Amino acid sequence: MSHTPRPLRAKFWTPGVVLMAFLMAAGAVAIIARYIGGIGYVTNLTNARPWGLWIGVDVASGVALAAGGFTTAFVAHILSRHYYEPVVRPALLTAMLGYTFVVLGLLVDIGRSWAIWKPLIHWNPNSVLFEVAMCVMFYLNVLYLEFVPIVVEQYKGRVHLPGPLSGLNAPVEGLLKLLDAITGKLMWVFIIAGVVLSCMHQSSLGSLMLVAPTKLHPLWYTPILPLLFLTSAIAVGYPMVVFETTLVTSSLKLDPEMDILTPLTRFTVFLLGLYLALKVGDMVVRGTYVYLLDGTAQTNAFLVELILGVIVPWVMLVLPKVRQSRRGLFIACALIVGGVLVNRVNVFVVGYRPPISEANYAPAFSEILITVGLIAGLMFLYRFLVTYLPVLSGPKQEVSA
Amino acid sequence: MDLSRRGFFKIMGATGAGLAATGRSAAAWESRAPEDAYGCLVDLTRCIGCRKCEQACQTVNGLPQPEQSFDDLTILDRKRRPDEKSFTVVNRYYSGKIDERDQLIPTFVKIQCMHCQDPACASACIVGALTKKENGAVHYDASKCIGCRYCMVACPFEIPAYEYHNPITPRVMKCTFCYERVAEEGKLPGCAQICPVEAITFGKRADLLALGHQRIKDNPGRYLDHIYGEKEVGGTSWMYLSDQPFEDLGFIQVPEKPLPQLAETIQHSLFSYLWSPIVLFGMLSGVMWGFRDKGDRHIDREGENP
Repeated sequence: MSHTPRPLRAKFWTPGVVLMAFLMAAGAVAIIARYIGGIGYVTNLTNARPWGLWIGVDVASGVALAAGGFTTAFVAHILSRHYYEPVVRPALLTAMLGYTFVVLGLLVDIGRSWAIWKPLIHWNPNSVLFEVAMCVMFYLNVLYLEFVPIVVEQYKGRVHLPGPLSGLNAPVEGLLKLLDAITGKLMWVFIIAGVVLSCMHQSSLGSLMLVAPTKLHPLWYTPILPLLFLTSAIAVGYPMVVFETTLVTSSLKLDPEMDILTPLTRFTVFLLGLYLALKVGDMVVRGTYVYLLDGTAQTNAFLVELILGVIVPWVMLVLPKVRQSRRGLFIACALIVGGVLVNRVNVFVVGYRPPISEANYAPAFSEILITVGLIAGLMFLYRFLVTYLPVLSGPKQEVSA
Repeated sequence: MDLSRRGFFKIMGATGAGLAATGRSAAAWESRAPEDAYGCLVDLTRCIGCRKCEQACQTVNGLPQPEQSFDDLTILDRKRRPDEKSFTVVNRYYSGKIDERDQLIPTFVKIQCMHCQDPACASACIVGALTKKENGAVHYDASKCIGCRYCMVACPFEIPAYEYHNPITPRVMKCTFCYERVAEEGKLPGCAQICPVEAITFGKRADLLALGHQRIKDNPGRYLDHIYGEKEVGGTSWMYLSDQPFEDLGFIQVPEKPLPQLAETIQHSLFSYLWSPIVLFGMLSGVMWGFRDKGDRHIDREGENP
């Protein structure tokens, strides 16, 4: 294995990073407004439409698009395909930050942020959301533990805190040693637990809407919705890795790693194909294709999701030529990522229509600001952590001083 | 590719077999509806739209005074929904029926929480802040609530409202079925007590059903042969008699199956005793053990490297 991840050590405050900081600040202002005036002050949510952009994008899509973490861990560490090692750490970092921001998004969205710990003592085992919450909580901790070796590798034996904090050097060093000992012995448990917990809550996120048959449009309301959520999450894992690796390697001028991404997406042909077959089969079995040409916004959103988000990229990925072209591969994977995003938004927002009030919903500007601010925060932290921790493989092309 | 595909099918096969096994052994979903619940039967042919029930509800529950007085019936010109300041509202419908002087006859419909026998909101609630009480009330305990609003997503009748403008301690607001009044003081719910025309009958749900069917039988010309709430979503504590088709009066068609059934069946057959996560964990450990130091031998790049 020639792969040696190392800190980027590049200039941090590039124009892109400044832009991220600006968007974060704008989001922070909107979050302050939410805690002064209430959710109603910054959103267009109503009694009939209690879930909106934040649940659809920050939470549901955030969880789905963090699937690169457990899918790469599965191939590289459970199937021992160490060849794929270089994408495991970036995918793990994305998953860790993704879930962290899912929780931050939830904190903003739930009415009583300070009460978020209450499911720990008040259990409702009948609640799908309870199971999702428990899995997300455990998985977030698993992700932090999986990330420990990266921090240990960089700082163990080298803890050197500045000035007044230097007194903490020894305790921090001790903590790192302890964490290193735990994770070193038990990493296999965390890796497998990560896959198991992911399968559980990725599917259960789909079960959330099964309680509302009169509200979710029949194109999405199906008893196999949890299976569709699970297969689409697994299928989007590697495309998400390709999507972010290509963005990162091109913006930081690193090796494009096509020799890893191309074979990785051969799994996707099978996985996305399985998702497509399930989705189309479900539509045929339940006869919901009758809605396809009725021209409503919901149906059109479904067609976009299915055609642009699944069929087109699947056909593209079947072609070896596309898989070998950096641009082609990126476009196909971006479409898959977009398709899963649209699917989650469709299930939780677009396809949701309360039949009595028939209330409509479009996110408010400040609602969008918070979502954008959170995503910017995620990217900012990603950039920060890859700068100082050994996550990405070192620059192999255009080595700049 | 080869190996992982075979491994994948192995996993899928084992999972399928496991699912089939629990399908047989797992206990079928059972309703948790209280057997001796109270309820209310609303006779829409009796309601005169006086809004006294709205006023009593506001007083009994200590809700804020509305901007428009309860005596002001012009409010009936628009359709309202219960919200965080009013747990019940009366709407007026003209279904086309006319009296002997060719005047349209209105039908007034009081709406509030239906207090479902197997409430979707209580099944959904992450912390069990919403519970179905033995006396029939679907009860909300704000001290457990985290404000996720999944109950509002789950409710088929679009009843729970939210204090969206409270930044720190917002509550879900809905009809309480006057839980304390009924359970501790032995009184009727505020609305049922005040109704001047006995449009609302309070009693045991089973008795109310018998009463409703008796009224239908005694006056077949006056009522439709349908008690809304008898079977809807598995039954509700609040039920309605009408002479006009319910779909013309703002009532939606809902499944007769309790809404929590599907999701709870899936969840419990997959996760009771955490059997499936444990099986999956075991299988993955086996795969990991079997594939240690073997994976890369099978990397086959098929000349895909650019």
